[in-house]
Amino acid sequence: MANDEVILLDFWPSMFGMRLRIALAEKEVKYESKEEDLRNKSPLLLQMNPVHKKIPVLIHNGKPICESIIAVEYIDEVWKDKAPLLPTDPYERAQARFWADYIDKKFFDSGRKIWTTKGEEQEAAKKDFIECLKVLEGALGEKPFFGGDNLGFVDVALIGFYSWFFAYETYGNFSTEAECPKFVTWAKRCMQRDSVAKSLPDQHKVLEFVQTLRKKYGIE
Amino acid sequence: MKTGQKEQNLQTNCISVSQFYRISTGKMGEVKVIGSSASLFYTRVEWALKLKGVTYEYIQEDLLNKSELLLRSNPVHKKIPVLLHDDKPVAESLVILEYIDETWKGYSLLPQDPYERATARFWAKFVDEKCVIGSWQAMAAEGEAKEKAIESVQEQYAFIEKQIRGKKFFGGEQIGYLDLVMGWKTLWLNAMEEVGIMKLLDPEKFPSLHQWTENFKQIPIIQESMPPQESLVNYFQGSLNYVRSLAANKP
Repeated sequence: MANDEVILLDFWPSMFGMRLRIALAEKEVKYESKEEDLRNKSPLLLQMNPVHKKIPVLIHNGKPICESIIAVEYIDEVWKDKAPLLPTDPYERAQARFWADYIDKKFFDSGRKIWTTKGEEQEAAKKDFIECLKVLEGALGEKPFFGGDNLGFVDVALIGFYSWFFAYETYGNFSTEAECPKFVTWAKRCMQRDSVAKSLPDQHKVLEFVQTLRKKYGIE
Repeated sequence: MKTGQKEQNLQTNCISVSQFYRISTGKMGEVKVIGSSASLFYTRVEWALKLKGVTYEYIQEDLLNKSELLLRSNPVHKKIPVLLHDDKPVAESLVILEYIDETWKGYSLLPQDPYERATARFWAKFVDEKCVIGSWQAMAAEGEAKEKAIESVQEQYAFIEKQIRGKKFFGGEQIGYLDLVMGWKTLWLNAMEEVGIMKLLDPEKFPSLHQWTENFKQIPIIQESMPPQESLVNYFQGSLNYVRSLAANKP
């Protein structure tokens, strides 16, 4: 669409921001990316997301869309002529939305607890995390992508977390490849797509970032 | 109006919710909902099906003794409501609402415009994550923690108050998706306030929300599906006792 102004308020290690980067890349939408300093949030962010004051925020012709899953669906509906992310069948769409919700409700928290806790709590978090991966592997089944033959809604919702796996594995002292090889195969397949490879940060940089966060929170 | 539809409407009006039982075949398919009439998440699904004129079988679930059907239909969360359409399960109430809207045409739950849809979805998520959970937390808290929890959830409701100001319904002139999601306020919130011995939404401080509640309660389909306040009070008191007993038994 000509004359569209698209801005993405983002933060480089955010797996939620990555969702929008991938979706916009898949749809070949030109946009301006503005990197936020979350310790010093910009007036624009506070104006565009006064309720949560969080990134990512998609700003389309001056109008903000907040919450990453909602924004991905918005992108899919507006730029519908290219690379559809949600399937057309209502039941398949419901399944995709269900899994996106599962990722947000269960997966994010369990991953976070791996690098923010120690001892028994951390062990429990690892167990939860691996269990989540196995549930997701089950949902993937034999398909190359959650979206079937092509990258879809759930793939976009999930793949960003893969850039954090090296950090999770380092602090949790486990190997995702050993525990859930099918999941890693899926992730590597996604990484072969340009839209994904260009949207995810280097996993070592993420590890460094987590190291600084741990220092900041006094976790050792 | 065709004779079949007249009969359907008569039946809908004559039979109470918990006894409403019909399996229909043909275009609608076979629709069942595993739920609990005291559950606000179940009731919003019921409202949506009624707005669409979809006939369905209600399967009451005993949440303390979950059925094999529920565990099979929602193995991930093991929660209600679950919609079964020709035996294919859809779980999570917001996901179910969208499925209902997309599967059965006629009455539109979500707006057509993508930006308005994103806005409705944003506020629905906010209501569930901040208002429902926040109200529950305020109900369950005690002492100083309770005061803080009440203050915190009132701040969240202030956002919703702003959203409904100047409008009859969140959906405009007719109720829509966000009205169904917020609909729990009409009875469930009152029950939470009673169990939690608290007042969350003073009509003077939240006049627009109060007016919306009055408008929403007038709608016949909504009225038909309201469980008695007492059953909700019992439901929340029971849940609260259960949660407190779990906490007491922790080492």
